[in-house]
Amino acid sequence: MRKAILPYLANPVVVVGALLSFGWLFVAALAPWLAPYDPIKTILPLMQPGAANPAGGIFLLGTDMLGRDILSRLIYGARTVVVFATLATVTAYLVGVTLGLIAGYWRGRVDAVLSYLANVVLSFPVLVLYIVIIVVIGSSPFNIVLAVTFGSAPAIFRIVRGITMDVASRDYVAAAVTQGERAWRIMVFDVLPNATGPLAVDFCLRLGYTAITIGTLGFLGLGLPPPTPDWGTMVNEGRGMAIAFPHLVIFPCLAISSLMLGLSLLADGLREVSDAQGRRT
Amino acid sequence: MAVTLFIIRKLGGAIATMLTVSLLVFLALEVNVADVAVKVLGQFSTDAQRATWLAANGYNDPVVLRYLRWLGAFVTGDWGTSTYYRTEIASLIPGRLAASGILAGGALLVIIPVGLIAGVLAGMRPGSLLDRLVSLVSVLTTSIPDFASAVFLSAVFVFWLKWLPGASTMLSGFSISEIVLPVLVLALYSTGYLARVTRASMIDVMGTHYVRTARLKGASPTRIVLRHALRNALITPVTVIMLQFPWLLSGVIVVEVFYAYKGFGTLLYDAALNSDIYLVEACAMVSVLVVVATQILSDLAYSWLNPRVSLADAAMGRG
Repeated sequence: MRKAILPYLANPVVVVGALLSFGWLFVAALAPWLAPYDPIKTILPLMQPGAANPAGGIFLLGTDMLGRDILSRLIYGARTVVVFATLATVTAYLVGVTLGLIAGYWRGRVDAVLSYLANVVLSFPVLVLYIVIIVVIGSSPFNIVLAVTFGSAPAIFRIVRGITMDVASRDYVAAAVTQGERAWRIMVFDVLPNATGPLAVDFCLRLGYTAITIGTLGFLGLGLPPPTPDWGTMVNEGRGMAIAFPHLVIFPCLAISSLMLGLSLLADGLREVSDAQGRRT
Repeated sequence: MAVTLFIIRKLGGAIATMLTVSLLVFLALEVNVADVAVKVLGQFSTDAQRATWLAANGYNDPVVLRYLRWLGAFVTGDWGTSTYYRTEIASLIPGRLAASGILAGGALLVIIPVGLIAGVLAGMRPGSLLDRLVSLVSVLTTSIPDFASAVFLSAVFVFWLKWLPGASTMLSGFSISEIVLPVLVLALYSTGYLARVTRASMIDVMGTHYVRTARLKGASPTRIVLRHALRNALITPVTVIMLQFPWLLSGVIVVEVFYAYKGFGTLLYDAALNSDIYLVEACAMVSVLVVVATQILSDLAYSWLNPRVSLADAAMGRG
């Protein structure tokens, strides 16, 4: 096990990416202890970054137009993004992996229908798809998870289907079939482990894109309902006053960009290391 | 011959996709009749008003009949009336689409040369300083969401340097200075992405036997890149460029909303915020149509660059 992890730790790209991503995870987990103020409590409106709070302490990143501490909202916003992006990505994976295994293993008509539907969904520009879904079912935390699942499952489906079709033609799968193994056992225990490498890379990237999607929906005012601290919504709310008070929008943008940067570096690094390992063996 | 067959087959696929999309869009937005009445007449309409309106507009007919009628009207260019803009949708969309086309075209003018050149230069010498720089910048640009790059670029060019306007309303006619920021924001992500893809493709090609042979023959590095490597190295990037359209269409929404630019993106956005369902339907259909059309073009470009994939094979689905 240690041997498997070591090359990843020796890769600087992986380390920087992991530090950034897990840093935000850490912030999200410890939000109540890290945040200096209550993220939805009005204190003093439109204080500049570093301004002193008359009641003691300072507003390190300033306050917004409703007088809420921006640093605290960013810290709690990490919680929102981590929880919802992870939830949405994991559900999308459950759907995409299951259908991908089924289509790639059974082929035939099931595969034809599923692949066709995946193509149809993928021919929507993502944001158009999300906007249509949100118009139809409204904007709530559950509906956002649902929309993202619907939007990203087809892409995951395609990856898993391709790998499954490749693996299913190997001898050890034929051997398992001859032994009388049940189809679902073959899919889960023989086929799926072969897909973990590419899927791990895709998972990091997709997690980031989901975070961006949730942020973008928030920026468009179609995201999580207020007063939930959400980075995209913070940018949307602060946009009108950004010329006079750029701190309203710059810090949430830095937050989401650094999270995405961490995840894409992690994905890049994982791919690099696994490619290098693939070459050696 | 092969080209015609290929195009016919692709068009058939595209029509099938469009039909399925139209069914999905119709079912999603119009299957709940009571909802349609509320969205069209407003929340404060009375039950009697809604019932009269539904009856007058044929909403009491079976769903299948309503879908076919809707589809027929759609195909013949009758896209209904926007409840928000109070005009014919069919006359509203072309102008807005053209306005967004200017943004997307401007973005492609940045994306293609910058992305390809940066990618080719980086891929020629992997590990060099230039390569590291290109890789670093492209990871950065592909990690920043559109709305965040809009904020960062505006912070620099609008708030700090005061060189460019922060809104692109085009109220006093078309203005180049108003279009610079939206185009840059739109181009940022795809440029980085294209550079990454081109770099990877270039590295692959530079490692092939025929490039090695050319090098052993004593061909100059410039000749190797221009005569031997480039054409093959460009196959993937060209497909990637065509496939950026769906991405640009998503980006257009964010960028237009941020800069208050009157294009297709703000049209769809206003439609969504105001529950203007007929306009949402038309916008969704048009954007899928754009995507499907660019997919066909991308397949054609691919087989033109890569003669090994014959169009006949591609037409039969063997490609």
